[in-house]
Amino acid sequence: MTASPEYCASAALENLIRSVTDRLPCCPDSAIIGIHTGGVWVAEHLQQQLPGRLPLGTLDISFYRDDFSHVGLHPEVRPSRIPFDIDGRHIILVDDVLYTGRTVRAALSEIFDYGRPASVLLAVLIQRDGRQLPVTADCAGDTVKLQDNEQIKLSGPSPLSLEVVRLP
Amino acid sequence: MSLSLQLDASGDLKHFLTVEGLPYEMLVSILDTAESMTGVTVRSIKKVPLLRGKTIANLFFEPSTRTRTTFELAAKRLSADVLNIALDSAATLKGESLLDTLRNLEAMYVDMFVVRHSHSGTAHFIAQHVAPHIRVVNAGDGRHAHPTQALLDVFTIRRHKPDFGSLCVAIVGDILHSRVARSQIHALNILLTGEVRVIAPRTLLPVDVESFGVRVFYDLEDGLRDVDVVIMLRLQHERMQSGHLPSEYEYYHHYGLTRDRLQIAKPDALVMHPGPINRGVEMSSSVADSPQSVILEQVSHGIAIRMAVMSMALARTPTTP
Repeated sequence: MTASPEYCASAALENLIRSVTDRLPCCPDSAIIGIHTGGVWVAEHLQQQLPGRLPLGTLDISFYRDDFSHVGLHPEVRPSRIPFDIDGRHIILVDDVLYTGRTVRAALSEIFDYGRPASVLLAVLIQRDGRQLPVTADCAGDTVKLQDNEQIKLSGPSPLSLEVVRLP
Repeated sequence: MSLSLQLDASGDLKHFLTVEGLPYEMLVSILDTAESMTGVTVRSIKKVPLLRGKTIANLFFEPSTRTRTTFELAAKRLSADVLNIALDSAATLKGESLLDTLRNLEAMYVDMFVVRHSHSGTAHFIAQHVAPHIRVVNAGDGRHAHPTQALLDVFTIRRHKPDFGSLCVAIVGDILHSRVARSQIHALNILLTGEVRVIAPRTLLPVDVESFGVRVFYDLEDGLRDVDVVIMLRLQHERMQSGHLPSEYEYYHHYGLTRDRLQIAKPDALVMHPGPINRGVEMSSSVADSPQSVILEQVSHGIAIRMAVMSMALARTPTTP
């Protein structure tokens, strides 16, 4: 395992906050939704730093995954909690790492089961290469290029830290 | 035998036939999964795509409303397709054997059988004989087991009183004929409940009841003292004819839960009943409708527990064999 200094979580978080703040004025009626687990940590930081104390929801996409038939149910599914009305809202969807795009696809499906948002903005702490679906982040704290056998992992909730893990 | 049939080589749930012998971790895992399922049932679109493309057949050889309906609703909330087959009025009357009925349903690419039967062991028998990719859930077999009912009961208790080690739970009524009571006792003991009591007349208790790990009371008022949870069992009318009890009036007089008797239990004691209630037989209306009664919560939790069991058993199974 190696921790590379260029993948600094606090710098990526600052970039992300700045990038999302620039987009906020166009979205007056906004709310934040974090994807369990890392995305919720990042979403909590965003909620604290963004103006206006936006409402915060959490999403566990286990029931929407496309690999249920292969890997089964995640043993620790947490209930999704969306304590606000999705209809007509501008949603800031937050995850820690954007990789294949499958998590975001599942999250969008779940969000639409709660209602019809006015828009969804995808904000991720780190985006890496390896997309398998046509998904792009609107705001990203950092962009990294990794080998196929490497993963970037976030630890948290506070402080956030990033490390690159090499798979065997 | 049940355990090796219920769990696969890696310890995951394959069939759900009985609570007896279920590892503590598996029981808690089902309760935790059910907890996350409750979120699905309260939002505007009460459906997740987890079991999309799966077909679940409710095989009810014995009439049931609540259990069948909640299994059906649970399957639909998970996006499975559901077949309801009331076999008391169908093929079996035409002389088709149980195995032939199963083979026909297998040929229709059914992925799971939910089985209710008046004979103990039917769900086990079916689980032993179905094709390897098919899953079986026991929805009540004879006097043997009603595992999803027991789990929804302990789920309901856990939501109100999560520390099982400090709890005293009393099960009142026809223990002898009750598959619900047997499964409840197993579930409560696996969760290391402080004390499990059974309260009933001698004629409605199995002879070896102490061996279940319970304390036996013949007098309701003695048994209710310091109790945190009172589970009333349904009294079936046919017990009157079979000589187990003199009359419903007599039963209510000795074993009916009234307001006065409930006051003997702890002030915040929960009142539970698997339904359907016979008001004025097992309990008074004032108890059934009191704030201490969680009977309707049990019904709602039945959906979440059945969603959990069905999704856990159908995980990692191919959509088409």
